[in-house]
Amino acid sequence: MADRPGAASSVQAVVELLRTLTERLAAWVLPEELALQGALFLQTLFFIACILLPLLFCVAYLTYAERKIIGSIQCRVGPNRVGPGGLLQPIADTIKLLCKEVILPRGASRQLFLMAPVLALAPSLAAWAVLPFDTDLVLANTNAGLLYVLALASLGVYGIIIAGWASNSQYAFLGAMRSAAQIVAYELAMGFALVGVVMAAGSLNLGVLTEMQKGGFWNWFMWPLFPLFVVYFISGVAETNRAPFDVAEGESEIVAGFHVEYSGVGFSLFFLAEYANMILISMLASLLFLGGWDAPLPFLPSGIFWLLLKTSLFLFVFLWLRATVPRFRYDQIMRLGWKVFLPLTLGWLLVTAVLVRVQLPPWFN
Amino acid sequence: MPGIRNMTLNFGPQHPAAHGVLRLVLEMDGEFIQRADPHIGLLHRATEKLAESKPYNQSIGYMDRLDYVSMMCNEHAYVLAIERLLEIEPPLRARYIRVLFDEVTRILNHLMWLGAHGLDIGAMSMFLYCFREREDLMDCYEAVSGTRMHATYYRPGGVYRDLPGEMPRYTPSKWHDAAEVKSLNRAREGSLLDFIEDFTGRFPGCVDDYETLLTENRIWKQRTVGIGVVSPERALQLGFSGPMLRGSGVAWDLRRKQSYEVYDELDFQVPVGVNGDCYDRYLVRIEELRESTRIIRQCVQWLRAHPGPVMLEDAKLAPPKREEMKLDMESLIHHFKLFSEGYCVPEGEVYAAVEHPKGEFGIYLVSDGSNKPYRVKIRAAGFAHLAALDEMVRGHMLADVVAVIGTQDIVFGEVDR
Repeated sequence: MADRPGAASSVQAVVELLRTLTERLAAWVLPEELALQGALFLQTLFFIACILLPLLFCVAYLTYAERKIIGSIQCRVGPNRVGPGGLLQPIADTIKLLCKEVILPRGASRQLFLMAPVLALAPSLAAWAVLPFDTDLVLANTNAGLLYVLALASLGVYGIIIAGWASNSQYAFLGAMRSAAQIVAYELAMGFALVGVVMAAGSLNLGVLTEMQKGGFWNWFMWPLFPLFVVYFISGVAETNRAPFDVAEGESEIVAGFHVEYSGVGFSLFFLAEYANMILISMLASLLFLGGWDAPLPFLPSGIFWLLLKTSLFLFVFLWLRATVPRFRYDQIMRLGWKVFLPLTLGWLLVTAVLVRVQLPPWFN
Repeated sequence: MPGIRNMTLNFGPQHPAAHGVLRLVLEMDGEFIQRADPHIGLLHRATEKLAESKPYNQSIGYMDRLDYVSMMCNEHAYVLAIERLLEIEPPLRARYIRVLFDEVTRILNHLMWLGAHGLDIGAMSMFLYCFREREDLMDCYEAVSGTRMHATYYRPGGVYRDLPGEMPRYTPSKWHDAAEVKSLNRAREGSLLDFIEDFTGRFPGCVDDYETLLTENRIWKQRTVGIGVVSPERALQLGFSGPMLRGSGVAWDLRRKQSYEVYDELDFQVPVGVNGDCYDRYLVRIEELRESTRIIRQCVQWLRAHPGPVMLEDAKLAPPKREEMKLDMESLIHHFKLFSEGYCVPEGEVYAAVEHPKGEFGIYLVSDGSNKPYRVKIRAAGFAHLAALDEMVRGHMLADVVAVIGTQDIVFGEVDR
């Protein structure tokens, strides 16, 4: 923080101002014994809004970016009718989705059917609580941050499984089955890839993990942990059900898989969850392996700008993959997870252990 | 307690991978297919029956609508059957034009197949790349016949008209400024033949691009190698033809084995597969794209050097010239007779088959000596292929069904007729 007094002090000033404001408001509205908790509650609410609103904005424009980027890869123009260059397209899409009828299929389990999209979306938003955006710029600075993210990331699949089960449709059911099979295939490898990072950094705190990689691109964990980095990102693509691992919705096989029966708001919640997850995975990858907000060269100023840039880079790879590669069959994903990724990560864990033990510079000294 | 039952999945007719209106009833044990039961007939238009009620020439247009991605090849078989009954032979130039457009059609069909097959397996961009090149060939169709798809260009006794001396060009508009239009018109400055020759120049590069994306792609290979394997013996028993048969390693191509038109004067190879799986059939079709390009180039060279008539000078078969009709009573009568009554075909029966992009496409024609066919039977390649679907997908997974439907190159206009 010492090298960037400007950024830190401006953030601190905002926080101070907010604290005063919320305390006054709470003291004015609430009885005295509840005022402190009330103020804290208001502050947290404000911070959550600070994270979620830009996130939802990013999700909306990620869909736009996806259509434009894939469009240009495929020699098309992409959306260009709503607003200048199609820039208002995501807004139009949102309005359209919100206005659509919510259809409850015959024979569907009503409560579960309505609950599933929420279950899919909630974890992908909740995980953002522990993500640091800059030095000390984090909503919940917990020491088990990475564990928390991992736990929530695997929870998202329940939304998919429940949606597939509750829809009372064979296509949706197949999608749910595939999703369940898929998660056991990549989750382990993904967990072990993260264990490597934890070993390297000696901490589960995301902020600490990132700070360890400070001081230029050669300090980033992606170099000593390169296989884990690749495994992590590919597993991330699998976890978000994106091509080439989009077997749970496999357009040309099971039509739309788990969300085939959803329309309107339910569908848009799944959509939101998928894209929020994509951004989450990309940001995690940049935090854990690419040094987060650390500038690639030491003389450049570090900051949230770098984090966003690295995240966008990963997001671009997500889209690029979708436009380029064919889809796996779901048993092939399992083979990849169990027979390739798992041995690879386990093997590299041993290598990492040795590297940490000998305190190999510049990463582990 | 109920026992464990197989799941029955209704696949289509409204399904993104059903290639039109295929309805498959799949009996599945989890993801594994126990039985696949294709239901057909949703696109049945009674083409064979319709042809019985019309003068011969008026059914050519129906042939376009059978396999609607390889239009002129369908026409070719029908026109060939009539010509054999009439015992006539069109001028050499017309026969070269037919071969040229048969091969253009083959590329059109294989591009459509490649795009759809890629899309089915998840390689989304292939579809758009293929359609980009298809667009140029559609323009050739349009230049020569006036329509992009249902050309009705082949006629008994030749082709409807000679190749146009100039290609239609783009004009500047709100969306394309002059500079853009100039680049769009780059290949369109000369005649149709110049345009096609330019196409044959750049198309092999496009095929290379497709291959870069797919041929050595690990996922593509995982999804196609060993899927839907058919042994050569079994392929023959099942009545396979075209790339489906050649993919299994049987070197059978009507262009070589029962040469028609001018194929015996042209230099081309017949690619053959080894393993009879989806990947081999893919390779065979990709190679056919290259071979068709070679044939087209030879035809273009010949056609440049040999101008001449493209239709027999037979007033009973070919419509008279417009200006003759204004002055000549005889021509007017011929015109009226040809377009109302048509012409009578000698009594007899004949089977004419062509190497259609999908396989052997044949027309069995019975004439009772009148101006309408007594019976037309259409032998569609896709019908026999679809009949083997159950055998090809049994024991595979749901995702492989999609790959097999793709590799069979099913078009329902042809299967249902």
